[in-house]
Amino acid sequence: MGMTMTQKILASHAGMDHVSAGQLIRAKVDLVLGNDITAPVAIIEFEKAGLEKVFDRDKIALVMDHFTPNKDIKAAEQCKTVRTFAKKHQITNFFDVGKVGVEHALLPEMGLVKPGDLIIGADSHTCTYGALGAFSTGVGSTDMAAGMATGLCWLKVPTAMRFILKGKLKEWVSGKDVILQIIGMIGVDGALYQSMEFTGEGLASLTMEDRLCMANMAIEAGAKNGAFEYDEKTEQFAKEHNCAPWTVYQADEDAEYTKTFEIDLSAIEPTVSLPHLPENAKPVSEVGEITIDQAVIGSCTNGRIEDLRVAAKIFEGRQVHDGVRCIVIPATQKIMLQAMEEGLVKTFIDAGCAVSTPTCGPCLGGHMGILAKGERAVATTNRNFVGRMGHTGSEVYLASPAVAAASAIAGKLVTPESVLGGKV
Amino acid sequence: MKATGNAIKYGDNIDTDVIIPARYLNTTDPKELAPHCMEDIDKDFSKRVQAGDVMVGGKNFGCGSSREHAPIAIKESGISCVIAATFARIFYRNAINIGLPIVECPEASEKIQAGDKISVDFDTGVITNLTRNESYQGEPFPAFIQGIISAGGLMNAIKAGKL
Repeated sequence: MGMTMTQKILASHAGMDHVSAGQLIRAKVDLVLGNDITAPVAIIEFEKAGLEKVFDRDKIALVMDHFTPNKDIKAAEQCKTVRTFAKKHQITNFFDVGKVGVEHALLPEMGLVKPGDLIIGADSHTCTYGALGAFSTGVGSTDMAAGMATGLCWLKVPTAMRFILKGKLKEWVSGKDVILQIIGMIGVDGALYQSMEFTGEGLASLTMEDRLCMANMAIEAGAKNGAFEYDEKTEQFAKEHNCAPWTVYQADEDAEYTKTFEIDLSAIEPTVSLPHLPENAKPVSEVGEITIDQAVIGSCTNGRIEDLRVAAKIFEGRQVHDGVRCIVIPATQKIMLQAMEEGLVKTFIDAGCAVSTPTCGPCLGGHMGILAKGERAVATTNRNFVGRMGHTGSEVYLASPAVAAASAIAGKLVTPESVLGGKV
Repeated sequence: MKATGNAIKYGDNIDTDVIIPARYLNTTDPKELAPHCMEDIDKDFSKRVQAGDVMVGGKNFGCGSSREHAPIAIKESGISCVIAATFARIFYRNAINIGLPIVECPEASEKIQAGDKISVDFDTGVITNLTRNESYQGEPFPAFIQGIISAGGLMNAIKAGKL
């Protein structure tokens, strides 16, 4: 029987010709990632085991992005632990405040992840790099410690679900709307233990930003990884980001899938996921009158330059609604600079938005935009669990940058068209 | 290996943000994490829990963030085993890697009620409900994973040269 794209990457990294779903393997990793929340736990485990050396100082990335710039003394201590470890082991890819960006935006931008790689990260959204035709998956801190020591990771070979994309997205509709609709369709455990493989002629119309956003949220359907078929856009991205030589893996024609879905991109509307699960997806046009107190545009899901361009187009010449706080967080320093050069930052500030240095901050209720009891936020982030952005009595509505920007202007959840058409 | 204790029951999709909210992730100390375990959906959990108690969840237990602080907080609270209909995959491997016993068993997840006295045999996957005089067959771990658990977690297995 043939293999899926994911299975092929796993087989090659395990030194095998063939793997089958359910098989337990130990595979070589190309990169081990951790952040200021998960790396400290990994470092404790690494040192407790009495390990002296990392397997390869070039193949570890330590990204101080969650509670940075340090939100409090304890957060500062955690970063210090990682900084000391990075120095001791001469970790090449240690990113601290000033150079840091949100990890899953930063690593592709730096060319540190490439097609065909096997990447593990002590962060659940590590699945983002599937957009580049890599296998990447979230693991825990102990896995990270073991990975840093051995360069290996134990994995169970997953089955896969296939999503055949057709048609083209309408204006103001993005990868975020597609993935929210898919999670709404299959549920937050719909792809549990499985790969989500994306293919079909519709791929051609999706930007790399769309794909990174969709692969990023594969975990919100319970998936082990999201994987996009390699095409010209992938190749162009890898070239532009100076990736080291890479390998292309493609699914066999007789690969087995547990389910196949056809997704008509042209039928997708601007979408929002209601509290408190990402699966509560609905077209924005059907949610009724939901006023908001805060809008957050940023994160590893939607803090890239294309996301900011879309939001700025909507903010141009308009104002954030009275009583709404809108926080824009470009995901990396490079994106921040680009947004300044293109005049996007000016547009945001003129519209009454706060613009922040890169941080995961509000997405996980860390800092930079915590909600009080009873408050509602529309956010371009990835989770709307109870208490995710602050008080357990607050609410998060997940949406695209276009919907978040339009809603910030309207003071309530609306479609981009309703703002652009001057209806609100 | 066996565990016996009273059941503390929750529903579906118990995410790691409610197991241990991110506002407490500025520490790695299990003793600081445990008092906040489950507090966003069950304020009194940390006061109520007794050493040996068994946590029972529905489907997709431990979904969301990869924070290992979640199984660490549960383990430090004194929970001897987590039973669920299904586990989210990162929580599943984290629990194995840190040595928190877990068993997947949809029948047990459905039939066990809060307060039932439960005994779990990890070698066979058999869960006995001593209160209701019932038993349920859970999924025992494959040999490879049993090896990690019997070594006392992933790092110990690596140190012992078992991996």
